[in-house]
Amino acid sequence: MVLVFAEAIKGQFKKAAFEAVTYGYKTAQALGSQCVALTLGTVENAGALGKYGASKVYNVSGDSLANFDSQVYTSVIAQAAEQVGAKVVVLAHTSTGKSILGRLAARLNAGSVAGVKSLPDLSGGSFKVAKGVFSGKATAEYEISSEIKVLSLAGNEIRPEESGSEVSVETLNVNVPAAKVKVLEVKRQEGIVPLPEAEVVVSAGRGMKGPENWGIVEELANVMNATTACSRPVADADWRPHHEHVGQTGVAIRPNLYVAIGISGAIQHLAGVNQSKTIVVINKDPEAPFFKAADYGVVGDLFEVVPKLTEAMKKFKAS
Amino acid sequence: MKILVCVSKTPDTTAKISFTNDSTEFNASGVTFIMNPYDEWYALVRAVELVEKNGGTVTIINVGDASNDQTIRKGLAIGASDAVRINANPKSSLYIAKQIAEFAKAENYDIVFCGKESIDYNGSEVGAMVAEFLDLPFISFASKLDMNGNTASIERDIEGGVEMLEVQTPFVVSAAKGMAEQRIPNMMGIMKAKSKPFKVVEPVDFPDLSTPVKYHLPEEKGSVKLVDPDNMDELVRLLHEEAKVI
Ligand SMILES: Cc1cc2nc3c(=O)[nH]c(=O)nc-3n(C[C@H](O)[C@H](O)[C@H](O)COP(=O)(O)OP(=O)(O)OC[C@H]3O[C@@H](n4cnc5c(N)ncnc54)[C@H](O)[C@@H]3O)c2cc1C
Repeated sequence: MVLVFAEAIKGQFKKAAFEAVTYGYKTAQALGSQCVALTLGTVENAGALGKYGASKVYNVSGDSLANFDSQVYTSVIAQAAEQVGAKVVVLAHTSTGKSILGRLAARLNAGSVAGVKSLPDLSGGSFKVAKGVFSGKATAEYEISSEIKVLSLAGNEIRPEESGSEVSVETLNVNVPAAKVKVLEVKRQEGIVPLPEAEVVVSAGRGMKGPENWGIVEELANVMNATTACSRPVADADWRPHHEHVGQTGVAIRPNLYVAIGISGAIQHLAGVNQSKTIVVINKDPEAPFFKAADYGVVGDLFEVVPKLTEAMKKFKAS
Repeated sequence: MKILVCVSKTPDTTAKISFTNDSTEFNASGVTFIMNPYDEWYALVRAVELVEKNGGTVTIINVGDASNDQTIRKGLAIGASDAVRINANPKSSLYIAKQIAEFAKAENYDIVFCGKESIDYNGSEVGAMVAEFLDLPFISFASKLDMNGNTASIERDIEGGVEMLEVQTPFVVSAAKGMAEQRIPNMMGIMKAKSKPFKVVEPVDFPDLSTPVKYHLPEEKGSVKLVDPDNMDELVRLLHEEAKVI
């Protein structure tokens, strides 16, 4: 059995949950097994996970599941895994998934791989999955030898695919321990796709000269429905908020499209963004190292190029 | 306050990554190693600050062979009180976490710190595993941590925001950017480090359940397609028709 923990935020599934169920379903098919999903707390429309391949959806509720406490979540997921006889447990590689993965591995005495980006290779009776290592500079295939395996799926790696129909939701009876972590407040920017989930990212660097010039970047991001990001010195100088900092020591991202404006392309920057499917670089210096990692390049002054690109995008979106 | 900080040694951020032995092993030759930035800049420095303010000790722990000693000494120079190295050549996160937990369980630390991830294997797993082995709360991606008696007020990074929480000692925490400012060890720190207690302990038996067996470097990008800066319609067309990303 493959058990997928389908994470919901404020009762709603995000893309990561559908990706994880799709991955779980495909893994179950390869193993000749079935995929079931687990939801925790109050979740709207949990049965919809059936569309992505869950043959059953289980729910556990309890007061201490309202906020995230890795100890409580781990206990509940581990009990569910035991009850359904899970051999593979799939999580999304989100802040929640990352906080539980290691705990589950220790609890279930399971081999784990964090941030997998391939379906398991089962050739020769082994179980191998690939993940990014050295901050995106390489990929490693991991072999898991334990009976139970725990995986977290990297974002934007597999498209959610509808293969079935809604299923009913069953309550699972497990012991829900009390939380030791007391969550006081959760502050989320509303209406913005967080960077790790974003499909289009518009990012800018020191070439912008100062925070007062960011209007043209925001306008382009707006037209492209993109999330904004920045290089490290820009965040360090407080030109932009820290959560926008991408790279080896910032957020690692893998959008479909990454537009880099006035960023030189230092190795530490590239490490966090080079798994983007398509990279566009706008830089006035034709020798900027970023052009070597780019699919499309524009050599020119960003203060002229970016507004023109915004206009062209507007025209395209209107057509 | 009694604090344990887990540190690892990683290739320098500028290191060119390559592999040997039919791509089954990381090629360390010519690579400069550093202390994992999240362990050093954020976890260790915050631990030292807390002890400077409230009193107590900061112990560094590393699971590795003697080639890690230099990295560990740097941690002592930054301000840790003493260090432990579990003498092993680890291949998996669970093995590392088991060794740390075995050492920590008799010591009753108030806080166990680690970095939010290591920049080599990017697992983010060890802290969570140690917490589970010790049956302690685990707070990941903490960007701010203040102590008030036995209560910690913590801010942690979540997708597109932050979470504010409280937890009582003992607990395990992983440190992210914002937690502290990098400290460069000074001459006095480096001198003092030489005489600080540094223990080497043999590992307990534990299996490797998940190990890397093969590495791949990314395919080289074909050469960049340059677009005339005066023709952004062309760039939009390429992104739509060729790359199919818009
Ligand atoms: C341990 C360590 C970790 C690091 N981690 C990260 C990380 O996670 N992320 C990160 O980003 N950096 C990181 N760095 C920093 C990294 O080495 C670079 O210094 C940084 O990425 C450079 O930022 P930048 O490209 O914005 O600025 P610069 O390197 O100054 O580049 C600015 C670019 O803008 C171009 N430009 C200027 N004016 C214009 C104009 N009018 N029109 C068009 N182009 C223009 C210039 O040609 C130049 O290429 C790290 C460094 C270290 C040592």
